[in-house]
Amino acid sequence: MATDIRTEKPVMPRIARLDPLRFALAVALGALLVASIGEVTPSPERLAGALPRMGSLLDRMLPPETDPAFLGRMAMRLLETVQIALAGTFFGILVSFPLAWCGAMGLSPLGPFRWAARMVVSLFRTVPDLVWALFFVSAVGLGAVAGTLTIIVDTAGFCGRFFAEAMEDSDRQSREALDAGGARKIDILFAAVVPDCMPSFINTSLFSLELAVRSSVVLGIVGAGGIGQELKSAFELFQYPKASAIILAIFVIVLGMEQLTDWLRRRIA
Amino acid sequence: MPILNGVSLDIRQGERVALIGANGAGKSTLLRCLAGLVPLSAGDVEILGETFSGSPSARQRKALRRQLGFVFQFHGLVRRTSALSNVVNGYIGQGHGMRAWHQMLAPHTVREEARAALEAVGLGEKWDARADTLSGGQSQRVAIARAIVHKPSLIIADEPAASLDPAAGSDIMTLFHRLAGARGCTLLFTSHDMNHALSYADRVIALKAGTVMLDAASSDLTPADLEPVFHGD
Repeated sequence: MATDIRTEKPVMPRIARLDPLRFALAVALGALLVASIGEVTPSPERLAGALPRMGSLLDRMLPPETDPAFLGRMAMRLLETVQIALAGTFFGILVSFPLAWCGAMGLSPLGPFRWAARMVVSLFRTVPDLVWALFFVSAVGLGAVAGTLTIIVDTAGFCGRFFAEAMEDSDRQSREALDAGGARKIDILFAAVVPDCMPSFINTSLFSLELAVRSSVVLGIVGAGGIGQELKSAFELFQYPKASAIILAIFVIVLGMEQLTDWLRRRIA
Repeated sequence: MPILNGVSLDIRQGERVALIGANGAGKSTLLRCLAGLVPLSAGDVEILGETFSGSPSARQRKALRRQLGFVFQFHGLVRRTSALSNVVNGYIGQGHGMRAWHQMLAPHTVREEARAALEAVGLGEKWDARADTLSGGQSQRVAIARAIVHKPSLIIADEPAASLDPAAGSDIMTLFHRLAGARGCTLLFTSHDMNHALSYADRVIALKAGTVMLDAASSDLTPADLEPVFHGD
């Protein structure tokens, strides 16, 4: 070990020594990043060429469509989008709660088999919503029902994970006290864990509602109902003023939902 | 490495027993073994008419819970529910199922019993206060109310005064002493405080390194007799 010649004590390195494996991994990660940037990011020339086309597209999108018949149809589609998000989030939360309990360490009634619940939650969460939407469109046909089923699965995956983490982090002392009083696992869940985790559950649910509104907007692109279908048609038929009106409406809906959930969160905090 | 070694105790109904010892002496483990919360690696426990080695069976556990109240050092209240709900939780394990999860769900008689238990610990007026708004001493009182609400014949308290200031700690021990006396139930508590052991127990058992070092009536003891328990030989 190196020694400081003035103090004759072992040198205290300012940076921890990098072992060869970590060094190799860092180099490999750096190389992958550089290769990725070279492969898929736009070159400055290509970006420069695209900018005028983007400007031209924006020019054709303005002013947004204001035809009352179109606006009426769009409003109905927006309502359907919000309904998909609300119903999907509601049932998704209902599905996620038992999944979270079954997967939560120290609380699960499944004991060592809690991994099975964790696997289901992971499957729901890791498969992207558009893939679930394609699956449900194939299974139940085009329309809002496929969208709602997609949001249910998406919400169950999102809430299932965060509910389980909140349950695992809940106050151990109250759990132990109820356990000493003869509580069953389900008693501990509802008497101690749920009250303790309620702010976290509500926060997670509100976030999942925000995500659901955003998701339900794009699900229509693959035929799962909502405003996305109108947006897709508008672009495919080169009806750019209609597309811009839809984009503006989406912006208002998503922003409105964010404001509403922020307000609710502040009220609950 | 066993935590307790050759511990053999016989506690009579209605006795108030203090279990003292330094940190790591095995006091809390002994209490948890008696309550069936920690499995025994050897030996057996005969408590409240049930005998078990290892862990109590489900039937024994149920029978024990009906007759046992357990109070922890850090009260273990559910923070976001009311004092009344926490006391109603004391009926969990008494066959009330989901009706003991929260005061809103509880039968009228259970709510009234819970209020009476809160009055017995001096917190009748605070029945609807959320547990996380109570002081440490008040929280421990609610925990005591939760432990006694189902009228157990044995109360086990693990360092009930250790997390409180001296005045609040003495209040809690006085309350324990009074309640156990009034209800004729057995009280077994652990403490680091020699004065608590001598003032509030009929009998003092001292543990050292997992073995019983001293077992005597508190009236026969002085603080000097207990010094070696905490300060070596």
